Amino acid sequence: MSVFPATAASRAAGRGAAAAGGRAGPRGRRAAYLFIAPLGLGFAVFYFWPLLQTFYFSFTEFGAFGGHTFIGTDNYIRVVKDVTVWQALGNTIVYSLIGLTALPIAIVVAALLNRRGLRGVALYRALYFVPFVTLPVAVGLVWNWLYNGDFGLLNDILSRFGADRHYWVSDPSTAVYAIGTVMVWSTTGYYLIIFMAGIKGIPRDYYEAAEIDGAGALRRFFTITLPLLSPTIFFASVICMINSLQTFDLIYIMMAEKNPAIGDTQSVVGLFYKWAFIENAQGAAAALAFLLMLLIAALTYLQFRLQKRWVHYE
Amino acid sequence: MSETRKGREVRKGSEARKRGRAGSVATHAVLSLGALVMVFPFLWQLLTALKTLAETSRVPPTFLPDTWNGASFEEVFTALPFREMLTNSVLNTVGRTLGQLVFCSLAAYAFARMRFRGRNVLFALFLSVLMVPSSLLVLPQYDIIQGLGLLNSAPALFLPGMFSAFGTFMLRQFFLTLPRELEEAARIDGAGSFRIFWSIMLPLIRPALAALAVITAMWSWNDLLWPLIVNTDPAKMPISAGLTSLEGQYETNYPVMMAGSLIASLPMLLVYVFLQRHFVQSVALSGSKS
Repeated sequence: MSVFPATAASRAAGRGAAAAGGRAGPRGRRAAYLFIAPLGLGFAVFYFWPLLQTFYFSFTEFGAFGGHTFIGTDNYIRVVKDVTVWQALGNTIVYSLIGLTALPIAIVVAALLNRRGLRGVALYRALYFVPFVTLPVAVGLVWNWLYNGDFGLLNDILSRFGADRHYWVSDPSTAVYAIGTVMVWSTTGYYLIIFMAGIKGIPRDYYEAAEIDGAGALRRFFTITLPLLSPTIFFASVICMINSLQTFDLIYIMMAEKNPAIGDTQSVVGLFYKWAFIENAQGAAAALAFLLMLLIAALTYLQFRLQKRWVHYE
Repeated sequence: MSETRKGREVRKGSEARKRGRAGSVATHAVLSLGALVMVFPFLWQLLTALKTLAETSRVPPTFLPDTWNGASFEEVFTALPFREMLTNSVLNTVGRTLGQLVFCSLAAYAFARMRFRGRNVLFALFLSVLMVPSSLLVLPQYDIIQGLGLLNSAPALFLPGMFSAFGTFMLRQFFLTLPRELEEAARIDGAGSFRIFWSIMLPLIRPALAALAVITAMWSWNDLLWPLIVNTDPAKMPISAGLTSLEGQYETNYPVMMAGSLIASLPMLLVYVFLQRHFVQSVALSGSKS
């Protein structure tokens, strides 16, 4: 996903390759096209052509006999006027905000694991990463079981503290948060590894100098780790936002069809799936997907604009 | 003066060490608690899978099973075409991973080491694939798979996933780091482009290939949306989609559901345990700055 950097590297490589390939002559050049042809063909068939098609679909209505009729911007108007779209968008934003809480957790754990001479770092890292590797369906099923209103473990534990039984994933007021929590739980390990790599890049000298000056652990975290980690935090928050805005798996798994909270947990991609493959409203679904892409692009652009205010590059 | 400063530093050092030890205990306490939160659901999954159906609806819930019961692990195989689903998952995973290794490494090599007209434009175009949310493409992708007559087949699962912009980008970064002299020497010896790629350059980026293979395998094994769309016949679904139908049919049979999800997660967990280094490397790479 990290496409944005590496411009300097690619420019340098361009020079190197220019020298190497320049001598290869026309035969070498033909070889280069043969090397990229298979991937190019795959992209053309499965990515570029579909992109154009979706764009076309979004202005059409899908008929009973499989044909598409051009209907102008009606689909976009339908999407903007549809209450369920706004509800799904609201839910998706809530998921994104909850999803972002994985970042501070991962940063704190990464900082703790960075302690000099700490034992068991590899084991901790491995254990924290397990939820991320695990099949999402398995994750969804076990959490549904923990959340179960009648026999679930969570209610049992809370009842020992005097709390009432609660139907976490079927009560509209808690369902989004219940699913969001699982999202955070399963992605923290991923960001942990990214942050551990980032912290590794901070020179030890800074910490040692600060320690000699009498700076405590908290002070070192706020004055060294956080500012020098900010490029990594920026990268992770972009990735996290892009992923959360496309969230689908966990919601699909944790929400049964007759769950009363289904409308209150539906994400934009979930709604897209429903329209496109259950209700056969392909045109409207395509329009919805395009608007989602525009939203993601706009928010990513916004993050890039805002980064100047808080990201420090050495 | 130097004496006193030295003395002060020694004293400070021992205090710091004492503080360090207390801090280390606290650190371990926090980290272990976190690790428990991460791992406990899986332990609960295993324990539930080993209980009888009746025991899972007891209030308050029991921690260890009263009677250890392995029947759920067998029942999964009759409740669903479980064996076929696992096979489909393997086919999907192997197909996507092999495809990416072949197609991405070829293109990555050309972009990194060869010069040709339109290289920068093509590379930018290829990278633009990364920006497009996958849901935007699934409608026409479905039509293509249908047009090829491949719905409910193994190739339907892995065809689009064989081509990856991320894989190309990642491998290209590695090819860029290799010394140019190797290629030149081979060219003087009369080796052709493919030969140089295959027997000299490719072996040198083996760690990157391994990292890409591991992360691609994980995404493929866990993928849900695309399989749900193209393969609706249970016997043709991978396990990621198949388990959701278990949820529908066996709504309240938690031991069977937990047993099924354990078996389904196991292959990837084993890959993870054995190839942890590559997992960590691939994630760190995908998030690295250069």
